[in-house]
Amino acid sequence: MADDKDVLRDVWFGRIPACFTLNQDEVTEREAEPYYLLLPRVSYLTLVTDKVKKHFLKVMKTEDVEEMWCESEGTPLKWHYPIGVLFDLHASNTVLPWNITVHFKNFPDRDLLHCPSNSVIEAHFMSGIKEADALKHKSQVVNDMQKKDHKQLWMGLQNDKFDQFWAMNRKLMEYPTEDGGFRYIPFRIYLTMSDRPFVQRLFRPVSPEGNVHTLGNLLKEMYPAAIPNEGEPKQNQVVIHGIEPLLETPLQWLSEHLSHPDNFLHICVVPVPTD
Amino acid sequence: MSDTAESPTEPQKEEPQKEEPPPPAEESATSEDKKKIDVLLKAVGDTPIMKTKKWAVERGRTVQSLSQFITRFLKLDATEQLFIYVNQSFAPSPDQDVGILFDCFGSDGKLVLHYCKSQAWG
Repeated sequence: MADDKDVLRDVWFGRIPACFTLNQDEVTEREAEPYYLLLPRVSYLTLVTDKVKKHFLKVMKTEDVEEMWCESEGTPLKWHYPIGVLFDLHASNTVLPWNITVHFKNFPDRDLLHCPSNSVIEAHFMSGIKEADALKHKSQVVNDMQKKDHKQLWMGLQNDKFDQFWAMNRKLMEYPTEDGGFRYIPFRIYLTMSDRPFVQRLFRPVSPEGNVHTLGNLLKEMYPAAIPNEGEPKQNQVVIHGIEPLLETPLQWLSEHLSHPDNFLHICVVPVPTD
Repeated sequence: MSDTAESPTEPQKEEPQKEEPPPPAEESATSEDKKKIDVLLKAVGDTPIMKTKKWAVERGRTVQSLSQFITRFLKLDATEQLFIYVNQSFAPSPDQDVGILFDCFGSDGKLVLHYCKSQAWG
């Protein structure tokens, strides 16, 4: 359907305006101007912030520079989560542009993984795709691909080439018609108020009785508090790519259209803003 | 992400084949996280094997913490990276909980993890 193809494009080209400022404790030779950038929601911070790094390095002494890391209102930003997930989790109810503070020292080892090169991002991204395919097709599709096919997925993401990526990714989205969907839906539910990183379990797109599972069914099973009780005010927003999809939306459709390039459906549960 | 793994404890008497790596020093762990799962550790290639393969591991323990434990247990060079694989196909993120991996990829009541000194799969 033409409409559904448009959804894939809209998701891919989703952007968040961000303003990067240098942490005020960093030693600079002259004042560091803020740097503005449109961040692709489906990419990773360390993959798209080379220009930010170069911009701030111009005013710093090289001996004061360690690995760059980013923070949003006191929360270190995990580069290995998609940018859109970071925004929805930590900044969805603040004004734009998204204010991100850049650091070059005191790397928070407890909170962040190191990212010495793009090959680390590539390995992380490909692992995500392989894990997702293990859930969707018992790894059969990703294992049938050649090395160059894997490279095509990665290069598509790295160079922001929608057609290149989807020419290969569509294979990962196929399933036998008689099954009505994937074996299991690769999803992760992030909760702002939890000390665990995310919820991830096995969940099928279709019930044993043949009923289509919806987003609401998934949340009811994994995190019932995300859904308001009847007659009570809504406490949480269920956010995917910055929008609140209807809870009646079939999970299989969401998996095919609103998954990130790593083939996971990343779902954020955030408290409703109080003001 | 700096969970510490220390030297192993004595084998449990009732189950001599299964040992238990000591808990990581983490205060926030809830009782749910403390529940244990069985993990089977298998070496790949020329990586040294562990005499004890089956371990009871807390659900909330991270892949990184487990990897540090293996490195110390085998007295490997701590600066060398140890790769851990699920299903002999993908390397889970270091901050991933083993409990989640068990729920999604465990079989016959245990989670099989392969470990390797060099990249083994993709």
